[in-house]
Amino acid sequence: MKQPNDFSFGEEASLLKDSARKFFAEHLPVESLHRLVAADHNPDRAPEVLWRADLWQQMVELGWTMLAVPERSGGLGMPLVAVAGLVEELGRAAFPCPLLGTLNVSYILAAAGEGADAALQEIIAGKAAALAMTNRHGDWELEHTELRYKAGKLNGSAWFVQDAAKVDYLLAVAQTDSGYGLYWVAADSEGVTLTQDAIVDLTRDQAHISFDNVAAQEISGKALSALTQAFPAIWTLLAADIVGAAEWQLQTTVEYVSTRQQFDRPLGFFQAVKHPLVNVMLKTDQAKSLVYNAACAYDCEPAAAAKYAHMALASASDLAGFASSRSVQYHGGIGFTWECFVHLYFKRQKHSQALWGDASWHRARMAEIVFA
Amino acid sequence: MSESSRNDTAEQAEFRQYCREWLAENKPSDPPVRLPQSALEIMTEPQLEYLQAWQKSAYEAGLVGCDYPKEVGGGGRKDCQRVANAEMIAARTPFLPNVIGLGMAAPTVFYHARDELKQRLLPRLFSGEDIWCQGFSEPGAGSDLASVQTFAERKGDKWLINGHKVWTSLAHFAEWMIILLRTDKSHKYDGLSYFVVPIRSALGKGVTVRPLIKITGETGFNEVIFEDLEVDDSYRLDELGKGWQVAMTTLLHERGAGELQSPRSGGMRSKSSHQISTSTLIDLARNTRRGEGVAADDPLLRDKIMEQMIYEKGFEQNQRRNRVQALTDHPMRLALQNKLLASENAQQISELAMEIAGAGSSLYLSDENAPAGGQWPLSYMNSFGMTIAAGTSEVQRNILGERVLGMPKSK
Repeated sequence: MKQPNDFSFGEEASLLKDSARKFFAEHLPVESLHRLVAADHNPDRAPEVLWRADLWQQMVELGWTMLAVPERSGGLGMPLVAVAGLVEELGRAAFPCPLLGTLNVSYILAAAGEGADAALQEIIAGKAAALAMTNRHGDWELEHTELRYKAGKLNGSAWFVQDAAKVDYLLAVAQTDSGYGLYWVAADSEGVTLTQDAIVDLTRDQAHISFDNVAAQEISGKALSALTQAFPAIWTLLAADIVGAAEWQLQTTVEYVSTRQQFDRPLGFFQAVKHPLVNVMLKTDQAKSLVYNAACAYDCEPAAAAKYAHMALASASDLAGFASSRSVQYHGGIGFTWECFVHLYFKRQKHSQALWGDASWHRARMAEIVFA
Repeated sequence: MSESSRNDTAEQAEFRQYCREWLAENKPSDPPVRLPQSALEIMTEPQLEYLQAWQKSAYEAGLVGCDYPKEVGGGGRKDCQRVANAEMIAARTPFLPNVIGLGMAAPTVFYHARDELKQRLLPRLFSGEDIWCQGFSEPGAGSDLASVQTFAERKGDKWLINGHKVWTSLAHFAEWMIILLRTDKSHKYDGLSYFVVPIRSALGKGVTVRPLIKITGETGFNEVIFEDLEVDDSYRLDELGKGWQVAMTTLLHERGAGELQSPRSGGMRSKSSHQISTSTLIDLARNTRRGEGVAADDPLLRDKIMEQMIYEKGFEQNQRRNRVQALTDHPMRLALQNKLLASENAQQISELAMEIAGAGSSLYLSDENAPAGGQWPLSYMNSFGMTIAAGTSEVQRNILGERVLGMPKSK
């Protein structure tokens, strides 16, 4: 199957992206975001879950959480390019909410066959979900789970669970006697203990979760094929979030160096400042183009989806580090303070860089495909 | 991106089919002599004659100048040059020799010359019968192009030209030169005017062309000395003192960001002309011995090759995204990156190829053991022509920082 030249980014996708940008800008501009999540600067503070559940409800009502649920299950079944456009705007706003996790879970459920239908109905009903599969070492290999499923019960721990305190359900990946399975667990089930991690990023929450004889509903006994199919979408959406955040970092830093005067000139006059910011733009644009290519491939060229998603996230992950370091450096002394908004994005990007495989991991996986 | 035919208009689809059929019948036979890597290194008459014959046949078939109006010798089509380019490259034809004419002179003449001049110059430019060169740079005017000093002094309806142009590719074969001249010494930008000048007919009569030897040992570019060369005022483009604005049209197209698509071909691979793309790096890494295995087993080389593939794919996908308005915020943001990304991509690929080739990268063109016939060190050295010419990478970053991001001017 060949990809259409326009990424199939049509009218609907364009409207969704525009309305998302307006929604975030109107409801949580960066000043409000800072007041919401950065009131307490104490580095030893206890972890807190700071977000606007009321705005999340509005997002649910707009239908954004059911975008990735297939039409056959009653969802909107929008193509991944359209969803990526929304997530790019989410990243641009550094918006705290469980949208990314809920979409990630939707893609896995959609790939898991009929057993996933009840869980998809919960998502359509507006419930949020997070993926519980990573081990204590933070391994990015899909089958490195610490969870075990036997005789109807889940045991063990899942680590680095994203936005865990904001969700209603967990999608757990566990080892079974015959392979790996997917399990749908209400977050408040008996035997589920959630411990918030103290994290650097102020726009997300993260937890490790222990499962002690938790009764769980099996969705599929073939987790790996569903994960293998869905993960290109998950990598692509994380890359879209990074690209959106990088564009904010670029624009904000460009604006600062165009007004801040030193040596009787704006900082942006100096090529030592100007040229690296152009490099941030070049890397942002390449990552963005690769995101839409990967997203389009997910629906239109599935055989190439994994390779293109590796490209998109490897590129975005490097961008996250570069755009973040430049944004703080070129804000100078003020950029090193808590009061300057750039730290919100710096921290979100550094967190994103550590999720679902870093750049060299993705390049190594890509090389296995290219040199196969 | 392999140019997909999926979104073709009816005209494009019909034209694509025509190109395919014509190319299947008329693709030229293998060259009788070693061809250089690009038109900018054409050194000998036999190379030129072979390539000129190819361009003439492609023009007569309608594959060159397709989007220009018929009155000036074009094909009168709409957005079809891209189609012809993709088909010529896919058919692995030789490259077109008159690159400066097609890529820079033609759009400039088309937008800024009087009708009579367009009708006289463009058909022979498209056919390749007249080779064109570009007289912009001077010993004292490189990145600071507007400081050109070659002077045109008015003598009634004639001009008398004196001065010195450098890095003039193809001047040794060129009939015509597009040239940026100073007509007023009291104003920097507004003191410039833009002319087309017949130079071949004036050799020894006010024009001297001398070869400059490149870092690679090749010739192909030159210095051109003007001593009291008389040209007619009708060869002036646009108004007096508007030369800088006209030059911007040339530069925009030279950097791949102009309205009019340049004809491009040259997919032909032979011992002497090979493709500079990451797919060749994959082959090279698979076929180069390293210890007990091959270079492709080395995790650090694999990482670098993947990084380069991602860079190349990102650049390619930029071209695709540039045509989707909903995914571009600033109309020139991606187009103005083309020259910078294309030249740095070629440079990085050749540099990496030398690293993969290892000790073999020390061998040059005449060594029978040289990997790829010694083309990798040649293309690495030639790549600096691309990152320096047409506005250095540093000038490109100024343009992007100022015109796209709106940062203060660095001058």
